[in-house]
Amino acid sequence: MKVLTANRLTDGIAVWYADGGWADTVDHADIAHDKAAEDRLEAIGAAAHASNEVVDVNLIDVSVVNGVVEPVRLREKIRAAGPTIRHDLGKQAARAA
Amino acid sequence: MYRYDEFDHDFVQARVAEFSDQVQRRLAGEITEDQFRPLRLMNGVYLQLHAYMLRIAVPYGTLNSKQLRMLGHIARKYDKGYGHFTTRQNIQFNWPALSDIPAILADLASVEMHAIQTSGNCIRNVTADHFAGAAADEAADPRPYAEILRQWSSVHPEFSFLPRKFKIAVTGAERDRAAIQTHDIGLHLKKNAAGELGFAVYIGGGQGRTPMVAKKIRDFLPEADLLSYCTAILRVYNLYGRRDNKYKARIKILVHETGVEEITRQVEAEWQELKDAELKLPEADIRAIDAYFAPPQLGDRPEGDEAVKLARLDSKSFSDWLDQNVVTHRHPDYAAVTISLKGIGEVPGDASDSQMEAVADIAEKYAFDELRVSHEQNLILPHVARADLKAVYDALVDIGLATANSNLISDIISCPGLDYCALATARSIPIAQEISQRFASLERQREIGELKLKISGCINACGHHHVGHIGILGVEKKGAELYQVTLGGSADENTSVGEIIGRGFSSEEITDAIEQIVETYLGLRLDPQEKFIDAYRRVGPAPFKEALYAGEAKAA
Repeated sequence: MKVLTANRLTDGIAVWYADGGWADTVDHADIAHDKAAEDRLEAIGAAAHASNEVVDVNLIDVSVVNGVVEPVRLREKIRAAGPTIRHDLGKQAARAA
Repeated sequence: MYRYDEFDHDFVQARVAEFSDQVQRRLAGEITEDQFRPLRLMNGVYLQLHAYMLRIAVPYGTLNSKQLRMLGHIARKYDKGYGHFTTRQNIQFNWPALSDIPAILADLASVEMHAIQTSGNCIRNVTADHFAGAAADEAADPRPYAEILRQWSSVHPEFSFLPRKFKIAVTGAERDRAAIQTHDIGLHLKKNAAGELGFAVYIGGGQGRTPMVAKKIRDFLPEADLLSYCTAILRVYNLYGRRDNKYKARIKILVHETGVEEITRQVEAEWQELKDAELKLPEADIRAIDAYFAPPQLGDRPEGDEAVKLARLDSKSFSDWLDQNVVTHRHPDYAAVTISLKGIGEVPGDASDSQMEAVADIAEKYAFDELRVSHEQNLILPHVARADLKAVYDALVDIGLATANSNLISDIISCPGLDYCALATARSIPIAQEISQRFASLERQREIGELKLKISGCINACGHHHVGHIGILGVEKKGAELYQVTLGGSADENTSVGEIIGRGFSSEEITDAIEQIVETYLGLRLDPQEKFIDAYRRVGPAPFKEALYAGEAKAA
């Protein structure tokens, strides 16, 4: 299972492709279950990069836990949450608020 | 302190205007990311895990109060209320929006600061001893030469596209506090028998995936020849340094593959062509730059001895701080103060906006408006009258920056690691925090004595783990963080690269392992005066391996 992620051009904030747009959290990102779906996401990423919406576009491995998307690698978990040493920063801060 | 002349002002303003235009064109979609990336890197703008990161140059680590206050202002207005001081004596902000960067650079320019050449394959910020101009043991202040190198290397057309980045450090003392032997060029400013100033020149030091200690290629280079000789080194490197493999592109690899004797011959031959031409530094020019670094008027303050004596009696914590964070100054009535950015359990090198402003106020009031950033990620007040030390201490207590741990085990160098960095393979900061908390007792830390612990979250070694007395390298193995330990590194006048002690440790095990290493040292040192590094050099790795791994061998 993979989802599409990138950083927004204007402010560099990490975003994930969900429901036809770029979401601020990974929670409900569009999941590719097969190669064809991955190709579709990749094409969307390439187009968004070309139109200067986002930079550093990547497909990342995920799993689904309690109906919410969760990245597999620690690096991507940290991108999705924020620094593990400052819970007041990053996506986790908004979630806690 | 150096003040911009008209040329500097125009140059920095022109760069702000140029880069602002580039940012606007990028945001408008007129240039692509591939076109923009090298431009933003030339201006210190990286893309990290969570956001952009802006690295701001602090030339040779020297700041005044106004500049530090501006950094606090930037932290508050454009970032998330803090900044991170780095091992290159710079500062990084972790959350700026690209669209705000032109405004940030304009604010910086208003206090004679910029982010030029803090990234890219060029000559980076020249670093220097953080006690420069104050240290009792220096031959001369190394910063005028660092400034001369800065002027020469800024947008130097020949050296803007080197095979790889290039770092220069300068010290003016025998006791090397600038880690010059871990740099591409290390310069040791000293006097010859005739009392003339010149440099011992080292080249080819570096860390990263292939750590190398620099080799001395000249014992005494007259000061007038500084630029011609550095140009000769850079030319040889620019011509022969490898461009086919970025991991083999630093000058250390060229020195290693070519051999010290041959590369010295090449440098000297190139220098013969340059030494008597326009790069020779006129005496008047050197002295003109020198004048910018004239020390403040340090009036006699003989009441300091008595004041310190009384304050010591009054406060044990002040006394501890005095012993640990305050060092001798060339003027007997003064001292140099280390402001630890390594509070127990804190993030090494981080300071909040209000801390930066408060430290700026302290520097203005008690330290002749002068500050330094050390490569060990602390702040320094280089000139404080001993009579004012208690007042400075009290002011630091008020802002939580009076931790008395300079050079102790909790004075850890740590890179940002996987919590921020796109290149990292493991986290560094939480490991630093846990070790700091484990050794929280100052009494215990002082019992252990000088111990330099350095942590990197990937093989690029920004956390200097190779030259830590104890070094920790975080890697990713089978999806988990694993921490390798090296022992016996050092980054002073006896620079050495640490040796890997054995298999790595999980994040749950690493602090116990460090404690085991420390306990082993305490058990085998000859006396409390024998430092960790000296004991390690005497006994080698065997007792430490035994302590860490003997149980496993028996179990197997």
